[in-house]
Amino acid sequence: MVLSFYYSFTHYDLLNAPHWVGLDNYRFMFGLGTINGRQQADPYYWQSVKNTLWIIAIAVPLRIVFALATAMLLTRPKRGVNVYRTLFFMPSLAPTVGSALVFVYLLNPTTGPVNQVLEQIPGITAPLWFYDPTWAKPALVVLGLWGIGDAIVIYLAGLLDVPRDLYEAISIEGANAWQRFRYVTLPMMTPVIFFTLVIGVIDGFQYFDQAYVSASTAGSGPGDPQGSLLFYGVWLYQQAFSYFHMGYASAMAWVLFLATMAFTAGLLVTSKRWVHYRGGLS
Amino acid sequence: MSVANHAVLIAVSLAFALPVVFMVLTAVMTDQQALTARLVPHPVQLSNFSDVFSNINFARYTWNTFLYAGLSTVGVVVSCIPVAYAFSRIDWRGRNIVFLLVLSTLMLPTQVTSVTLYILWAKQFHDWTGIQFIGTLKPLIIPSFFGDAFSIFLLRQFFLTIPKELTDAVRVDGGGHFEILRRVIIPLSKPAIAAVALFNFIYTWNDFYGPLVFLAGNTDSQTLSVALSSFRGVHHVNWNLTMAAALIFMIPVIMIFFLAQRVFIEGITLTGVKG
Repeated sequence: MVLSFYYSFTHYDLLNAPHWVGLDNYRFMFGLGTINGRQQADPYYWQSVKNTLWIIAIAVPLRIVFALATAMLLTRPKRGVNVYRTLFFMPSLAPTVGSALVFVYLLNPTTGPVNQVLEQIPGITAPLWFYDPTWAKPALVVLGLWGIGDAIVIYLAGLLDVPRDLYEAISIEGANAWQRFRYVTLPMMTPVIFFTLVIGVIDGFQYFDQAYVSASTAGSGPGDPQGSLLFYGVWLYQQAFSYFHMGYASAMAWVLFLATMAFTAGLLVTSKRWVHYRGGLS
Repeated sequence: MSVANHAVLIAVSLAFALPVVFMVLTAVMTDQQALTARLVPHPVQLSNFSDVFSNINFARYTWNTFLYAGLSTVGVVVSCIPVAYAFSRIDWRGRNIVFLLVLSTLMLPTQVTSVTLYILWAKQFHDWTGIQFIGTLKPLIIPSFFGDAFSIFLLRQFFLTIPKELTDAVRVDGGGHFEILRRVIIPLSKPAIAAVALFNFIYTWNDFYGPLVFLAGNTDSQTLSVALSSFRGVHHVNWNLTMAAALIFMIPVIMIFFLAQRVFIEGITLTGVKG
C-alpha cells in the first residue's frame, strides 16, 4: 500500500524508472487544472465513476429485495426447502466468466431464447441487451439477480432465527401480514441486510468480471457498447495492464480504496439509526 | 396459501434453472440449430464436447486451472492452520493488533493491490531472483503459502471453540505445539478445514481477475476462466461450442457442491460470506 501510494505520484511504465510528477495523476483523473501548461483530463474517468455508481444504486438494492423475498417464501413450506435452497444457491457458485457467457447467449437479440419469447408478445420491442448502451447495464443487473443464492441462504438462516414469540405477540394485537413484516421481520433482519449491503457496495466498487467478459463475448471491446459497461474496475484494468500507466492506475486504485472506505464508514454511521441489534437476546 | 406459495417457489426455481437448461440444450446442438428458435436439439451432437478439446488447447487450460486451484488450496490450508493456531491458542504480545491487521487486509480490494503486486512480480522479485514470474502461475500460487486472511479468520473462530482441557492434556503428556495440532486441533477441526479448502478451491477455480492480470495473455499458462472469456470473440466459435466449453468449466464446481453441500451451507451461515 505504501509503495502504491508512492507510485500514484509518479509516471511509471515499468520500462523506465518511476518519474515523480507530483499531483498530476490526480489532476488528470479529476480533470482539475493544467499539466505542462495544457488543460488535460481523463476523458473516460467520470463515465466509469457514473457507471459504477449506477450499478451499485440499482443492483445492490434489487438483490437485497429479491433475496429477502425469496428467503421469506422458503420459510413457509415444510417440505422441499432443501431442494429449493440447492437450486437457488447453485448459480451463485457458477464462475462469473461462465455465467456471463451464458447470459450473453440467452440475451442475444436475434438468436437468444429470451428475445425469441419476448418477440411473441405483441406490442413489445425486445431490447438489444448487450448490444445497446441503454440496455447493457440492465442486462448485467439480470445476470446479478441470478446469483443471489448466497444472500438467500444467509437471509433464510436469519429468518429462521427470529423468535416465534415475537410473531405470536404481534398477532395477538391483531397485526396483519404486512404489519408482521414491517414491525417484526424487517427490524430483526436489519443486521443481516446491513451486512449484505456493505458487502454489496464493496463488491460493486470492484465490479469487473461480468462487465469485461460480456463486452468481449458480445464481440466488442472492453467497456462497450459505447462505454456503457466502462466501470471503474474495467478502466483501472485498462490503464494498468493495457496501457501500462502504472502510476496513474495506482492513483485510481487509491481513490477507489478511499471511496470504498468512505462509503463503508458512511453506511456504518447511518446504520446506528436503522440497524437493530438484538443485544442480550439469543 | 401453501399451494400458492409452492407455485411461486416453482416459478422462481424455473427462473433459476432455465439458464442452465438452455445452456445444456445448446451445448449439444449443431451450430446451425444454435442460431434458430428450435429449443430441442435435433440431432443431439455430443461431439461438441470433444470438439472443444480439439479446437483450442482446452486440456492444457484445464490442467493449468487444476494446478492453480489445487496448489493454492494446499498452500492456504498448510499456511493458515499454524497461523490460526497462533492466533487462538498461543498468548503473545501484540497478538490482537496483528490479528486486526490481518483482518484489515480483507478490506483491501484486489484491484487496489493488483497494480502494486504486478509491479513487484514484474520488477523487484524478477530483478532479485532472475526468475520470470509474469505470464506464469507462480504469482497466483506462491502468495497462498503465506496465508489468506479469510481462511485464518474462519479457522481461528473454529479453533476457539475447542475446549482448552483437550489441548492442556497433550501438554501435560509433554507434547509441544506440533503435537497439539496433530493430535487435537486438526482432527477436531476437519469440518472447518474442509470448508476452507472448498471455498478456496472454488474461488481459485472461478478466479478471473488474478489470471487475467498475472498470466498477461501467455497462452501456455492460461486458465479456463481467461481462455473462455475471449473464447467466442477470438476464435469465432459458435454458440454450441461456447456453451459446451462453459459447461465443462462449471462441472467441477457443481460436483464439489453436490458432494459437500452441507459444508457450504454451514460455512456460509457461520461466517456470512462466500469464499
